[in-house]
Formats: sequence, structure tokens, C-alpha cells
Amino acid sequence: MLSKTKSRIPNPRKRAMLLAALYIAQEQYGWLSPEAIQRVAERLSLTPGQVYSTASFYTMFKLRPQGQYLIQVCEGLSCYLVGGAEPIIDHIRRSLDIGNGNPSSNGKFTLEIVQCLAACDLAPSIKINDELYGDMTLEKIDELLNALRSKD
Amino acid sequence: MFEPILTANIYLPESEKISTYLQHGGYQATRKALTEYTPQELIDLVKRSGLRGRGGAGFPAGVKWGFMQRDDRVQKIVAINADEGEPGTFKDRQILECDPHQVIEGVIIASYAVGASQALVYIRGEFFLGVKRWIKAIAEAYEHGFLGKNLVGTGFNLDMSVHRGAGAYICGEETAMLESLEGKAGNPRLKPPYPAQTGLFGLPTLVHNIETLACLKHIVLRGADWFSSIGTAESKGPKIFSVSGHVNRPGNFELPLGTPLREIIYDHAGGVRDGKKLKAIIPGGASTPVLTADQVDTAMAFETLEKAGSQLGTGAIVVMDESTCMVEAARRTTKFFAHESCGRCVPCRIGSVRLYETLARIENGQGLPGDIDRALYLCENIDGSTFCPMGAALVNPARSTIRKFTAEYEYHIEHKRCLVHVD
Repeated sequence: MLSKTKSRIPNPRKRAMLLAALYIAQEQYGWLSPEAIQRVAERLSLTPGQVYSTASFYTMFKLRPQGQYLIQVCEGLSCYLVGGAEPIIDHIRRSLDIGNGNPSSNGKFTLEIVQCLAACDLAPSIKINDELYGDMTLEKIDELLNALRSKD
Repeated sequence: MFEPILTANIYLPESEKISTYLQHGGYQATRKALTEYTPQELIDLVKRSGLRGRGGAGFPAGVKWGFMQRDDRVQKIVAINADEGEPGTFKDRQILECDPHQVIEGVIIASYAVGASQALVYIRGEFFLGVKRWIKAIAEAYEHGFLGKNLVGTGFNLDMSVHRGAGAYICGEETAMLESLEGKAGNPRLKPPYPAQTGLFGLPTLVHNIETLACLKHIVLRGADWFSSIGTAESKGPKIFSVSGHVNRPGNFELPLGTPLREIIYDHAGGVRDGKKLKAIIPGGASTPVLTADQVDTAMAFETLEKAGSQLGTGAIVVMDESTCMVEAARRTTKFFAHESCGRCVPCRIGSVRLYETLARIENGQGLPGDIDRALYLCENIDGSTFCPMGAALVNPARSTIRKFTAEYEYHIEHKRCLVHVD
């Protein structure tokens, strides 16, 4: 009886792999779909609820489908002071015709407003997927977007 | 001219590689610490150096080491906090990416001093390059025998691994970081017990910021007296100041603690942009109270900033010129904190949102009579009534700008617009 109960107690050290597992699942599925959450839960002997509650705490875990390119624009104080934040956000929104958090219609772009990318020396700064771009101007943003548009 | 210590090698080509590091005297401190010192002697050395934590709280490092259990039967952990998220701060990112081995040496020295056999580095999720470089750096250190079994032939064992955060400011708080390392949501734990008694997986854990660890090899190589000869009475050693905002040359500047703000802003960061007048300065990251232009001669040290009514924090200086609307600066920063509250304590979770709404209302020209008092009332009730220091931190932008720029707030409410012209 006790051994049966014991087998239901998740190994606490196994749980420590959860964030890493979520990154892998997100990479494979593109986002943390219910199916991806289920898979992670099974592999780590956790309930889907436990996995979901952790995943939903962190902004880098995506619980909705994402575009191919995730554009993150900083709206922090240092970026704002040097002309970043809203002017850049509005510009991207207009040129891609998308809102916040939702992928654009062709599934290519997602725009996300974020807080401080720890690159205030390069302000205004933005991130596209894992790449950081600093000293942004509207012209430079157009160049970046055009390059991504023409890529498949 | 101050000779950089922590950032001496970051501009070398391939500075992140162990071959470069070894060519420039790397891992000599590890050898020296492990062969010439007992753990207790190292603890005394660091205590005498006067090194204080660089992550924001400024706790004396040697004292923290002294809190760790001495019982050899209990496994001990060193957890490295590279979850740099305080707005305005970008010092750890630079060391993390450009000189990982300097920090690994610090980790080895600290682990040996407290008897830890496992080290975990928690890197902010957004620092993709940092994560990649650390995975490589740790592998290189294993190859060269600086990690693993029997380090430099002394019988001391240390394993080290990289862990990636996933976008949560609160995980920079040490107990929230431990929760995250355990695979949970980053809700801070109640203290005491402190991590030195009950930390990761319930084991005694030493938590240090990247910059603190970077100081250690230099203290071992050059001595406690050398280190404590730099700085002021209560703030010893070099410090990396991140300067951003309205300056000509934003960037990281490594200088002795106690360097006046004026020197940092005008001599190193090239002064205020477009010849404009200085208006306000955030001295230690977004959560520290703002200083006014007439406080520009304040020295950047723990005790002097406290006296000036602010804090050294992470040493991240945000410079604002005369064109800045202080209500907007406070609104924007408070929005950040409202977004980043972990949601555990009511005063922080709800108070931060109410405070943001009040500031937003004032900024948008919809401020009501009494809003200033309402904002201050919220600040008083959030500060000190939360589990972790986030409550005390989040009220600082609003409270300090209201106190120091009251007229601007009043003007907003009365005239429904900014006192300063904002483009």
C-alpha cells in the first residue's frame, strides 16, 4: 500500500527538469499546446495541471500558437527615453497589420511588448526570436522586416 | 585613470574561450585558493576584503559564507544568480557573455570555502547567447580539470550545470530563483529560513550574483587589503555601473565604488545628450528612488546613496534630461512592476495595479483631486507588507517622484496635461 502511494509522489528532483522539458516541448510543437503539456506531464510523472500552472507563470512559455518570427519590443524606461517603445511598437503594428500577442494572419509574425531586455546601452532594442538588435530606428526596423518577409 | 579589473578582458578577441582566459593568467586563483588556503581562511579573507553583494541588497559576502552549515555530512549547493532583470541594468549580461571563466573561478572559490559539491547557474531566459556560451565554458572547464572530480589535484569535487530561466523578473529574488530551479513557478519563499540553512531541495545553499563572484579571483590573487583599498568606508572594490537614458555614450563603466555620479555621467558617459539640462537620475535600477539634478555630486556607494534617500541597488544609472515627464517615467516603471508581480501577496498583486492605474490616470489628463494622496497611501501600505522585497521596491518610482516632483503631478491634475513638453 505504501509503495503504491510512494509511486504517486513525484520525485522532486525530476520536477527540476520541468523548465528544460517545457523548452524542448515548445521547440518541437511550436507552442505549448494541450498535447505538449500532456506529453511533458507524462514524462516527468506530473499532472497536466502542475505543468500548466508552472508554464503559465513564465512569459517565455507560449500557451498560444506563435508566428514563425517572434518580435519583442522593449517598452522600458531607457528605451522610451531615447525614442523607443510606442513609436516602434506602432510602426511594427502598422507595417505588419497585427496586434499584440496574436500571430499575424499569415502565421509569420507575432508582436510582443516586453520589459527591459537588459540591453539599455543599445536602446531602443528589440529581439527577433533569439537575436538581439540594438540602436533601432524605424528605417532599420523596415530593413529587418523586409528581410524576414522575403524569407520563407 | 582607474584600471578595469572585472572588465579587463571582455574586449579581447574570443574572450569567452578558456584558451584566451588561460593565456591571460586564468585559473591561477583557483590553484592558489585550493592549495594555499583552508576554507576558513578563505572566508576570513573575503570578510576582510569588505566585498558586498552586487545583486542589489549589498549583503557582506564573507558573512553570508559564515552562515553556511559546517556539517560535512550535508550536501551544500552554490546557486549563481544570472537572472538580470532590473530595468536599466546590463552589467551581468556583459560578464556572462564575455568572461564566463572569471565567474566560474569565483564559483569554484566560493564552493570550496563553503564546502559545496554542486553549483547551478540560473541564467535569464532571454540571454540566449549567454546560455550558449556558458554551456561551452563549463564543458571547457571540465576538460581542463577545473570542474569535476579532484580539482587541481586537491581532492575537492565540484559539478556545475546551466539552467535557463523563462522570463520572470521575480526569479532574480533569491528564493524565487530556487523555486524556479526546482521546476516550479517563481514564488518567493518566506524568510527565515534563509537559503544558507534551507535552500535548493532543502539543502544549505549559497546564492551569489555574477558580479560578486567575478570579484573573488581578484581578491584571492591580490589580497583583501588591496581590494578594501578601493572604494569608500563601507563600500569596497570595483563596481560596474550601467549607464543609459539621455547620455551621449551609454554603456558599462567599471569604476571604484564611491565614484561621484557627476563623474560617471559627464566624464565617462559623455554627458547629457543634445546639451540639455539634467533633471533626474535613477541611481541603482528602476526600483531605487530617483535623485534630482542637484544630487549629482552624490557618491555611488551603499552608505552615501542611503543618506541621499536612495539605494545603490544594481548600480544601474538611468539619466533623464529636462524634457522628461516624471509622471510618465513613474507610470512606465510601475507598469513593469505590476506586470512582474508574482501574484502571491495581495498588496503587491493588487496594490501595484491600483498604483499603476492611478499614475496612468494622472498622466493621461484624467487625474482626480486627491489622486496624489491616494497614490502615496497605496505606497505606504504596499511597502513592508509583502513576503519579498518586491513590495518595497515597486513603490519607489511613484513615491520618490511624487515627493521630489510634486508640482508636476499637481500640474497634470489641474491642467490635464504635462508640465514639460513631450514630443
